[in-house]
Amino acid sequence: MWLFDRDLWTEVFHTLGKNMFRTFLTMLGVIFAMIILILLLGSSNGMSNGFDKVFAGTASNSLFVWGQSTSEPYKGFERGRRIRYKIEDAEILKREIPEIEVLAPRIELGSHRSVVTVYRNGQTSGSSVYGDYPEIDNITKKRLVEGRFLNKTDIEHSKKVCVIGEETYKLLFDKGEEAIGEDIRINGVFFSVVGIYKPNNNINIDGENAVFIPFTTFQKAFNSGDRMGWMAIAVEPNTKVPVVESKIKDILKNKYDIHPDDQRAIGSFDMSEIFNNISAFTNVLKGFSFFVGIFTLLAGVIAISNILLITVKERTKEIGVRRALGATPKVVRRQIVVEAIVLTAFAGLIGFAISVGILAILDSLWGSGEDFPFVKPMVSIPQFVISFILMVGLSLLIGMIPANKAVKVRPIEALREE
Amino acid sequence: MIEIKDLHKSYRMGSNSLHVLKGINFKAEDGELVAIMGSSGSGKSTLLNILGMLDVADSGEYTLDDVPIKDLSETKAAQYRNKFLGFIFQSFNLINYKSALENVALPLYYQKVGRKERQEKALSYLEKVGLKEWATHLPSELSGGQKQRVAIARAMAAEPKVLLADEPTGALDSTTSYEVMDLIQKINDEGNTILVVTHEEDIAHMCKRIVHLKDGVIVEDKKIEQVRAQQYV
Ligand SMILES: Nc1ncnc2c1ncn2[C@@H]1O[C@H](COP(=O)(O)OP(=O)(O)O)[C@@H](O)[C@H]1O
Ligand SMILES: [Mg+2]
Repeated sequence: MWLFDRDLWTEVFHTLGKNMFRTFLTMLGVIFAMIILILLLGSSNGMSNGFDKVFAGTASNSLFVWGQSTSEPYKGFERGRRIRYKIEDAEILKREIPEIEVLAPRIELGSHRSVVTVYRNGQTSGSSVYGDYPEIDNITKKRLVEGRFLNKTDIEHSKKVCVIGEETYKLLFDKGEEAIGEDIRINGVFFSVVGIYKPNNNINIDGENAVFIPFTTFQKAFNSGDRMGWMAIAVEPNTKVPVVESKIKDILKNKYDIHPDDQRAIGSFDMSEIFNNISAFTNVLKGFSFFVGIFTLLAGVIAISNILLITVKERTKEIGVRRALGATPKVVRRQIVVEAIVLTAFAGLIGFAISVGILAILDSLWGSGEDFPFVKPMVSIPQFVISFILMVGLSLLIGMIPANKAVKVRPIEALREE
Repeated sequence: MIEIKDLHKSYRMGSNSLHVLKGINFKAEDGELVAIMGSSGSGKSTLLNILGMLDVADSGEYTLDDVPIKDLSETKAAQYRNKFLGFIFQSFNLINYKSALENVALPLYYQKVGRKERQEKALSYLEKVGLKEWATHLPSELSGGQKQRVAIARAMAAEPKVLLADEPTGALDSTTSYEVMDLIQKINDEGNTILVVTHEEDIAHMCKRIVHLKDGVIVEDKKIEQVRAQQYV
């Protein structure tokens, strides 16, 4: 097996080592190609990681459902009827659709996206006020900077507690002031602050200026009865969100006498769609990187083969001597091919080292992902292994061109005295 | 050892054909030292190349150590060259980026001799040609005569049955030429068969037999009294 033929390797390294400058020039193409490939791959990984970070804390297989107004008359009802859900709907949906993993009902004070004045010690903020269940945290996770989120006990005992956004904190409190345990007032009711959250990077469903209180507390404090504003729903991992979405709509349409073809009555938003779009985007980016990288690599390997072709010409005499001394065509061919492989592999590793260094620098400069989605730009081991195997495979194929040229050298022509 | 019968060789150049060897009959026994003489262009190299399996004749028979040399594949030819023949060229043909030792070891590498044994053998042959101290030097650091001695060591390293030398002294001054011939004579004294192509009378007379080539045939083939080169060095 030639792979373990130490003499062959010695011979190859010897030949390459004794012609350092030429060897280096030969490798440049592949070094650059590898740098380009790894940088492209690493950057797309960085973007992919960046998006992951943006959406960290948001369940990808989730949807939100709320009520709007009907757009079709049905069963004696006029069009334009407002759909208002009841808290019992949550139970019905959970019971009827086993694919639902988490269902968090929510109610909002005032009309949708309206603000309510929140008071504290003479300071005020216009904030959104939500009645929530702790389960919402499994769908859109709050990054708490202080304290805790709502919990089961809060719900069970309808505790007058709240979690506020950072923006709200800034409006109601002085800089550095302790907020946990302090009371804020909404519509004349006092709530004790138990937590402050910071919004997840870029995705911002609830806004930064918001107050979350337990759903049950909301019902009592603001007299909302059995009303429910909207639902955040996470579906089982292997279930498609649109499937569950249409099941939910069917049940709700049936319950609230909505025309089956009414597209507007029930509002919904499929979170998974965004995730799918983004992962499709990053996959295209990665695929493109590979594509461009592989072709650059091909060009680099062809450059190596080209230079080997030239050196074969230069080395005609040497090859002739070797043939005269007993080198069989196979041995000559093998040596050139192995030279091509060694050059490529070595150049590839150099390029890899350089590009990993560059990626590390990029990472330390922008890798935090604060300004734009770019986190931990690096290549994975499988990506590296695949690139490397491809590269060596290409060099083996393309190395055959100079190798066959070398085999065609006739010793007698090579050795002819002028 | 070597036997050729009715060997013909012509070179085609376009529509013309140059008939270089026109029926050569020749026989060399074990341990002979034969000079092949003739004017430039008489076909000496052509003959030697055919004997060296670097080229093939158009017709005729060639047996080397009772092995018929005929219709060899490139691979077989390479193996036979390695096993049976040692080459010495006018311009030495050392590999310029390999040290003297590595050059000498090369035929042994193609013979798949192990590394250590290869080095040892190569060194002992370098010692034989008096260049042991120069083992690690590159050809560029050696004089012409030294280069040819390295080439001779290389030719002998694989212990071939026949040494073929094409104008081995052609690129050397006369003193150095005699030194090389002295070496060749000593190798021959040990029983090695050697064919030396030359157009120089004095070199030819340091062999034991002179074969004269003219117009593609052997016009003269005589045993001679060997002039020892030792006395001139
Ligand atoms: N490959 C070749 N193609 C055409 N002519 C050749 C070739 N090799 C040698 N010749 C011609 O054949 C003749 C004999 O050449 P060669 O054997 O080299 O002579 P010598 O070695 O005796 O000087 C010369 O005329 C030379 O020009
Ligand atoms: Mg000649």
